[in-house]
Amino acid sequence: MSQIVYQRSAGLQDVETHYCPGCHHGIIHKLIAETLVELDLCASAVGICPVGCAVYAGNYLNCDFIEAAHGRAPAVATGVKRTHPNLPVFTYQGDGDLAAIGAAEIMHAAMRGEKFTTIFVNNAIYGMTGGQMAPTTLEGQKSTTSQLGRDRQHHGLPVRMAELLSTLDGMAYAERVCVADMPSLHKAKRAIKKAFTLQMQGIGFTFVEVLSTCPTNWGMSPVAAGQWVKDTMTQYYPLGVIKDVEGTL
Amino acid sequence: MQKELWKGNEAIAEAAVRAGCDAYFGYPITPQNEIPEYMSRRMQEENRVFVQAESEIAAINMVYGAAAAGMRAMTSSSSPGISLKQEGISYLIGAELPAVIVNMMRGGPGLGTIQPSQSDYFQATRSPGHGDGHMIVLAPSGIQEAVDLMQDSFDLADRWRTPVMMLADGMIGQMMEPIEWKQRPAAPAADKPWAANGQGERGHTNFVTSLRLDSVDNEAFNEALQQKYADIGRQETRYEAVDCEDAELILVAFGTTARIALSAARKLRQEGIRAGLFRPITLWPFPTQALQQVAGHPNVRAVLTVEMSAGQMVEDVRLALCGAKPVHFFGRTGGMIPEPAQVAQEIRRILKEEQA
Repeated sequence: MSQIVYQRSAGLQDVETHYCPGCHHGIIHKLIAETLVELDLCASAVGICPVGCAVYAGNYLNCDFIEAAHGRAPAVATGVKRTHPNLPVFTYQGDGDLAAIGAAEIMHAAMRGEKFTTIFVNNAIYGMTGGQMAPTTLEGQKSTTSQLGRDRQHHGLPVRMAELLSTLDGMAYAERVCVADMPSLHKAKRAIKKAFTLQMQGIGFTFVEVLSTCPTNWGMSPVAAGQWVKDTMTQYYPLGVIKDVEGTL
Repeated sequence: MQKELWKGNEAIAEAAVRAGCDAYFGYPITPQNEIPEYMSRRMQEENRVFVQAESEIAAINMVYGAAAAGMRAMTSSSSPGISLKQEGISYLIGAELPAVIVNMMRGGPGLGTIQPSQSDYFQATRSPGHGDGHMIVLAPSGIQEAVDLMQDSFDLADRWRTPVMMLADGMIGQMMEPIEWKQRPAAPAADKPWAANGQGERGHTNFVTSLRLDSVDNEAFNEALQQKYADIGRQETRYEAVDCEDAELILVAFGTTARIALSAARKLRQEGIRAGLFRPITLWPFPTQALQQVAGHPNVRAVLTVEMSAGQMVEDVRLALCGAKPVHFFGRTGGMIPEPAQVAQEIRRILKEEQA
């Protein structure tokens, strides 16, 4: 007798995504979709998508969505969550969106302990606009606006947002994960599910940073890009739980 | 009903509460601070939402989120803060979201002064933020009218799925006047089937967005938006005409300046000079046809626009009249308020000039 062992999650809409080959957005979407289904949140969740490659996330995930101005997703999410405290609310933001133009909004959402979840996709570059330097671009990394490589004297060094935000009392849970291999992917899934679970318990701001690829703008094959996440990005952005107040309150 | 003495900013805040505002998001700036201060207490009493945001940018985006989720949301600020909200207003227009924004104008440019001004007329009426958008702009000339319009503003926003701006000035925000709280029938709860508040049993997801990457789609949206604006122009234009029937000179002024202009007109009546006041209440849509009718009367020899700016609304007056009557301008800038005697003197000068 045949048995279904794998299929498209009911948390995803039945459409093709526009993401490049080897981009991890699709995998991260899938993990969120599975989480929404497993926690029975598809009917109630409201997602906020950023300006960046994930601007169409609302066409891919099977829940209500709001498209925010660049960097403002945490403010938009605040407006939704404060008026609908019982709904699960999450932002899905890239590193240009969250760590550059939206740095103030994410800091203050964390400071206020806003009870929503942020999925922060860090691929160390601006993807949609064509590979410009982000606050997360690694030292020496070449981008279209750091063509000789990021120079610490000129650009400063990249920011570790999960650690930075974890200094704030409003942050309840922060973990950095990647999806570059199966063990990491399972950990990422657990982190996302935990973030949504804690959100629904109302204990504070929850944050999952996902290291991700951008083969197109990195100039790498999908396989090499995945390897670069594991070998190079994790050296500067260590994986693991950075803050977890569960059980301490 | 008994009259009560209220400060403008607090009266506007209370009017919003009575109009069913679900959520207020703001940031301190003079001369509108009494609005967030009052709201911080009243919204909590009503078990509604008040958040002091980290910036005007965050506040307008919180409004965007609450509005997208189907709530009646508002923010307030003053000129420099309203500049920061322009991005968010453009997104509200692009996503067709209802919201109310109060601008207690102060003198600019830059940090300028905290004294009253009307120099944000262009910013409010031409196209707030980027893109071909508009919002309904309401201009009260006193606190009673501010209270009444504040309550209308939420209904207008819901009816037309558009941001509505109350464009007042620091004078209206800071002064006290006796007002009456009118019994108003509760507006029927607006049906918002487009709201992103959980798909529930709806059977499909809602995606509130202003992104229409395909230019064909975006042009179709823009055309529909312009159609909506034409409908708003036909149905929502408001103005007041005082002593215009026999007037030889029509004053055009809004807000605080309209009261000063009316004082000047009444003073001149005692001298036998017949001046009337045409006061736009909606600055957008501008009451073009009504002004054409009033100023087109054969008695009218000239039109004088009075503003607390270097001359902004006067452009709409000239566009409306298209040279049919001579249009003059008198303004004070930088936070200075015109005096009735100055306006009266200007009228005498103009009529003398027109005679010659």
